[in-house]
Amino acid sequence: MFKRLFLLPALAATLLTTACTEPPKTAATLPILGERDVRPRADGGPADTIYQAVPTYQLVDQAGQPVTNQTFAGRAYVTDFFFATCPGICPKLQSALLTVYKKFPTDPRISFLSITIDPEHDSTAVLKDYAERLGISDAARWHFASLGDRAKSFELANHLLTGVVPDSLAPGGLAHNGVLALVDDQGRIRGAYDGLNAEQVANLQRDIPILLAEIDGRKKGVAKQ
Amino acid sequence: MPRRSLPFAVLALLALPGCFSNNRHQGERLYVQHCASCHGDQGQGLERLIPPLAGSDYLTDHRGELPCLLRNGQNAVIVVNGIGYHNVMPSNKGLSPAQLTNLLNYIESHWGNEAAPRTIHDVEKQLEGCR
Repeated sequence: MFKRLFLLPALAATLLTTACTEPPKTAATLPILGERDVRPRADGGPADTIYQAVPTYQLVDQAGQPVTNQTFAGRAYVTDFFFATCPGICPKLQSALLTVYKKFPTDPRISFLSITIDPEHDSTAVLKDYAERLGISDAARWHFASLGDRAKSFELANHLLTGVVPDSLAPGGLAHNGVLALVDDQGRIRGAYDGLNAEQVANLQRDIPILLAEIDGRKKGVAKQ
Repeated sequence: MPRRSLPFAVLALLALPGCFSNNRHQGERLYVQHCASCHGDQGQGLERLIPPLAGSDYLTDHRGELPCLLRNGQNAVIVVNGIGYHNVMPSNKGLSPAQLTNLLNYIESHWGNEAAPRTIHDVEKQLEGCR
């Protein structure tokens, strides 16, 4: 019995040394998600890695203003997919995104984009009412937008890592997951978070400043990666 | 007590918990399953999109109508604490009177709500009056 007690300091010492020698966790850069393409260079230099960016889209938001990839040029944004009458996961998802939004309400470097997957119902007027009821008065900070076409909405959702399928058994007739995607200034997805999981929503809040710092660095021309 | 009956008494005691159903927390479980994603895990609602259940005047003012509202859903404008909401609430046709009773008792005794508990008999009678 007492012999075992002697082991304790040894154990503690082992634990402490590993804690000290472990490299500090630096949240240096976020990964780049999605597919990539490696293209050999004509001059024989190291091959270029081409990262897949979010495809081009043309949406109309709650203010009736067009929203395209260019709207977010040089800035980061967070996307999710929802519909106004969704009784399933949407309120929880939007509540999570609202929590994140409230951390960066006026930071022009990041904005928010919620895209409807029920464009037939969610007219500009419906989206405007929805946004105002959620407490969002400035459409430029958080766009609630429609592609106008259901099939195209589903396709764009897939590109932003949200799966959607019509399902008569699902509440509201559409089954979808609640992914919050973080997109960088070059249209690349840098993070995907389950909006229904509080821990992952906290991770998104943690990751946004990391991405913003990276974008700031690019703008100043100091980042040479 | 004769010694011989002791093992039986022990057995009976051991078997006792099996006699109780696990319905004590049924209200909470039903709330998490059917209500929480919209009304929030603390009954807080969502801004002006989803009405709150915590401290909601609607719960006290329309107490007798609540079993029908839960069963049939809600599709018209509803005013809660002075704010009008118009989102659709889905129906819950599959919930039994006992389940509705447990669910309502949970909602009406949490987050500051303090209504008298309902009996299944009350709820059954109120359900008969559903439009």
